[in-house]
Amino acid sequence: MIRARELVKHFRVHKRPPGFAAAMKSLVRRHYEGVKAIDGVSFEIQRGERVGFLGPNGAGKTTTLKVLAGLLHPTSGEVEVEGHTPYKRQTAFLEKITLVMGQKSQLIWDLPPSETYAMNRAIFDVPHAEFTKTLDELTQLLDLAPLLDKPTRQLSLGERMKCELAAALLHRPTTLFLDEPTIGLDVAMQLAIRDFIRSYNQRHDATVLLTSHYMDDVVALCPRIIVIDSGTLIHDGDLRGLIKAMDPDKRVSFTLTSGVTDAQLAAVGTVLAREGQRITLKVPEREIATAVGHLLGTLETTDLAIEDPPLEEILRVMFGRSREAKAEAKDAR
Amino acid sequence: MSVARTLRALPTLLRIGVAETVAYRGEFLVWILTTTLPLVMLGLWTSVAKEAPFQGYASQDFVAYYLAALIVRNLTGSWVAWQISEEIRLGSMSMRLLRPVHPMIAFAAGHVAAIPFRSLVVLPIAVVLLVSSGASALTTEPLQLALIVPSLALAWLITFSVLFAIGTLAFFVTKAMALLNLYFGLFSLLSGYLLPLPLLPAAIARIAEYSPFRFMLSVPIELMTRPMATRELAELLALQTGWAVATLALALWLWRLGVRRFEAVGG
Repeated sequence: MIRARELVKHFRVHKRPPGFAAAMKSLVRRHYEGVKAIDGVSFEIQRGERVGFLGPNGAGKTTTLKVLAGLLHPTSGEVEVEGHTPYKRQTAFLEKITLVMGQKSQLIWDLPPSETYAMNRAIFDVPHAEFTKTLDELTQLLDLAPLLDKPTRQLSLGERMKCELAAALLHRPTTLFLDEPTIGLDVAMQLAIRDFIRSYNQRHDATVLLTSHYMDDVVALCPRIIVIDSGTLIHDGDLRGLIKAMDPDKRVSFTLTSGVTDAQLAAVGTVLAREGQRITLKVPEREIATAVGHLLGTLETTDLAIEDPPLEEILRVMFGRSREAKAEAKDAR
Repeated sequence: MSVARTLRALPTLLRIGVAETVAYRGEFLVWILTTTLPLVMLGLWTSVAKEAPFQGYASQDFVAYYLAALIVRNLTGSWVAWQISEEIRLGSMSMRLLRPVHPMIAFAAGHVAAIPFRSLVVLPIAVVLLVSSGASALTTEPLQLALIVPSLALAWLITFSVLFAIGTLAFFVTKAMALLNLYFGLFSLLSGYLLPLPLLPAAIARIAEYSPFRFMLSVPIELMTRPMATRELAELLALQTGWAVATLALALWLWRLGVRRFEAVGG
């Protein structure tokens, strides 16, 4: 279980304007500015949950994950992970968690991944039999067999990421902090990693907190999402519920096989996009059945698909609203 | 992490250290080439002392001194400052902090694992030293000979601790490695790497005597090349042990401060 209460993390960053004079001046006197990376965030995550952690760049996602993993000391507030205070980094805590950062590597660069695995086995004191069993399982799930004995530097980005995941999970952690685990990977590899995370979560009843720029990762993996912006929490709850609350209308896409007037389309729903014969309409949920009947019956269409509005769109609206609200609050003061 | 657990992990850490040393062949070669300064100095000083001894150092004394310096430097050299600063700069330090083993142990294991390979370079030099200098410029006293190994171990520990401490400065300043140039300048002068300490100007020699640098290089060389009374031997080893404890404590303290800062500002 993960619990954060009124979590705050402030940083002091050195600021200086561009130019030679400013550079010289900064040698003598430095100007520091406080940055509120996390500004009073509270949430609870139960064992076995898969939670997506979303927010624009600089929202405080990675900082929160680092606080939860024990790398950063919170400025104030309480944080507890599996009964431990993370920043104390006690052995019992480190054995239960893992942090995977898509942009940072723990594999030994010039040696094959199998060597990093052997090292992690020794450091985490995993019994040999258990290690072999876990590694076999990971090798099978992630298709690692051809990669284990290749020097890490010769692996492709996707191959390396799979090996990173295995290195992070060899000690069978029950809490997984995954920061952009699919960054830079192609679609097939993204799918493989996604399937793997889901299956690890189910097999070991592990808690997963995931950040990703790929909304598909989040939609596919996380029933619950926590959204933060500028260090504050702006949504915590069910993903479907959020989509419904923000934009209950469905997206209906289809390809026309004969000419149709704008008026005919407007009678079915609002036209969102029209690229050649491919059209996307926005249709209220309760009118879907009528709209689809009309599209298939009266108009000549193929490849019809009904989808929820994309999460990116929902978040864009949410972040816009959250900023407006903050600006208003500031004006009011 | 408990001591028993660290001990259980040690053989694997050492094995991986060996694998890494072997993998970084290029780097290893470069390292050996950069530690050849004593050979240059050897050439210089033997030609100076060719006709007559220079301040009591005959040509063969210089040969013995610089070959011994080469041996000590090869066995005790450390690159941990670069490792730490690189890991902080690239962010992989975060990953290291999430492993339940003290990073100092992990880095030290990698260094210790490289020693057998460095010995491969050192052994032929030792043979040349024995053959060329003979007993006249070398120690023959059994007790003194026996103390060479612990003195080398202490020299290794002091060097490792000092460079570990310098590496941790990367937690506080972005370009901590600039300090290494300063360190190397002081080390070269005060450790006896450039020339035997008695040949330094009196004032500098006095500073050298009380600095930890002497105990990183000069003391094991002195044990190999200069006969000493038992009392002096005991004093030197006691002082060397003191420096080892002090520098180790300093390194661990700076590490703790550095990690605390890392937790405060991130990396």
